[in-house]
Amino acid sequence: MSKRIDVKDLNVYYGDFLAVEDVSINIEAKSVTAFIGPSGCGKSTFLRTLNRMHEVIPGARVEGEVLLDGDNLYGPGVDPVTVRSQIGMVFQRPNPFPTMSIRDNVLAGVKLNNKKISKGEADVLVERSLKGANLWNEVKDRLAKPGSGLSGGQQQRLCIARAIAVEPQVILMDEPCSALDPISTLAIEDLINELKDQYTVVIVTHNMQQAARVSDKTAFFNIAGTGKPGKLIEYGDTHTIFSNPVQKATEDYVSGRFG
Amino acid sequence: MTATTLTSTQGAGRAGDKVFSGAALAAGCLILAVLFGVALFLVVQAVPALTAPADKIQGGQGFFAYIWPIVIGTLFAAVIALVIATPIAIGVALFISHFAPRGLASGLGYVVDLLAAIPSVVYGAWGAAFLAKEISPAYGWLAANMGWLPIFEGPASTTGKTILTAGIVLAVMVLPIITSLSREIFLQTPKLHEEAALALGATRWEMIKMAVLPFARPGIISAIMLGLGRALGETMAVALVLSSGALTASLIQSGNQTIAAEIALNFPEASGLKVSTLIAAGLVLFVITLAVNMIARWVITRHKDFSGAN
Repeated sequence: MSKRIDVKDLNVYYGDFLAVEDVSINIEAKSVTAFIGPSGCGKSTFLRTLNRMHEVIPGARVEGEVLLDGDNLYGPGVDPVTVRSQIGMVFQRPNPFPTMSIRDNVLAGVKLNNKKISKGEADVLVERSLKGANLWNEVKDRLAKPGSGLSGGQQQRLCIARAIAVEPQVILMDEPCSALDPISTLAIEDLINELKDQYTVVIVTHNMQQAARVSDKTAFFNIAGTGKPGKLIEYGDTHTIFSNPVQKATEDYVSGRFG
Repeated sequence: MTATTLTSTQGAGRAGDKVFSGAALAAGCLILAVLFGVALFLVVQAVPALTAPADKIQGGQGFFAYIWPIVIGTLFAAVIALVIATPIAIGVALFISHFAPRGLASGLGYVVDLLAAIPSVVYGAWGAAFLAKEISPAYGWLAANMGWLPIFEGPASTTGKTILTAGIVLAVMVLPIITSLSREIFLQTPKLHEEAALALGATRWEMIKMAVLPFARPGIISAIMLGLGRALGETMAVALVLSSGALTASLIQSGNQTIAAEIALNFPEASGLKVSTLIAAGLVLFVITLAVNMIARWVITRHKDFSGAN
């Protein structure tokens, strides 16, 4: 239930502006890959191109190929809706649907496309997804309460439960802990470690310790200056990137000399 | 020394605070005073009509017999207007906020707002001189084919000056109110929630159902209530379009009357008890509008837990 992603020569544009230039990267199935780099270097933009969420932004477009187990996401006739149901996403700020209960939030993706699901099946799925997100024990007595009543960390785990309820191949996380306190962050990091047994996880983070803690492989993005495109500088095993990087820029960044 | 500096409340900022809070309080009180004044005027002036012997009131059967047909007529016209206008307005608002390309969206929004700028007497003239004539063949068809429904019972009016025509004109008039308010609310939907829906694999319509409409629900209700207020109180357009008469269930015959049009048509020649009767009718309209607004408030607060405000 997880697939690999291979990106070939990807350029991302906002209108005429080249935001990310010539990225090629191979992301292994059932692994955690972290994207690090200074603000504005295009790592979040690039992450969004992996499930075509960049298309929500007017004028954004890509050139190149993103292959999910060999199938090009940008091939002719590929529906972005299908792509996104295979490649889920967790955002920077927790965003459970405020008008839905906790239970309905978990089932939101499953009920799409008029899929019918019996109450018994739904109960099983809600429990499994919430357990998968380490949230079950905290919310099992209040599934009918609004999701917006939970704490920030719980809301983010609810969003992860919502994402895994549709059983995606890949989960993308865009700075999932940047709005959370250290305890909640730890809970999410533990969860990411468990998720990689079943899913391919790609995480963007500003926190280098977090990247070092959770990821198997790390990609370092950088930008030459304002108005220049972001580029993939170095990609390798997390251990190598943090202890013995090849590029000078990577070493400067991970050792805290800039950024 | 320190104590005095801490407790001293001199300075321009403090005075500004006092002026501002005083002004705000005065404005708030003024609204209440005006509302109370209007209500008091209506009640005092209406008392003679409410207490008069039944045979002195127009129609000769008392105030209640006089008022209830035009209450029903008022509600008829307003409900027709909302039934027609609400789906169109929400559709137009969604098109402008989520479907149309940006250039077209702002142009269309401007045109819809222009609709609200047309004086009601112009709508009335358009309804009476153009729409009524053009639509009367359709009434004939309705009477012939759907006449088994009481609301479409024949014979259809040949002039087209019916409560349905009045309702359609009112629908055009409330359309811009509901559209522009709904559009504003739709545009305020947090990007966060729209993206949450899209990232789960929602189509654009599913995203609207999941994120936009639930978020906008209280706003849509408020917009409809504002539209209803306009439809209930609209006078000129109805007075011009409707060929009024006794209460009838059929919407495509001439007949029925609304409170606002009844007051406007009769007030200039009225005197004595007749004035009182018309003001009492105004009081009834006031109460209906108040009740509608309170129901709307109640509907909105009932779902407060799930509004996303917490």
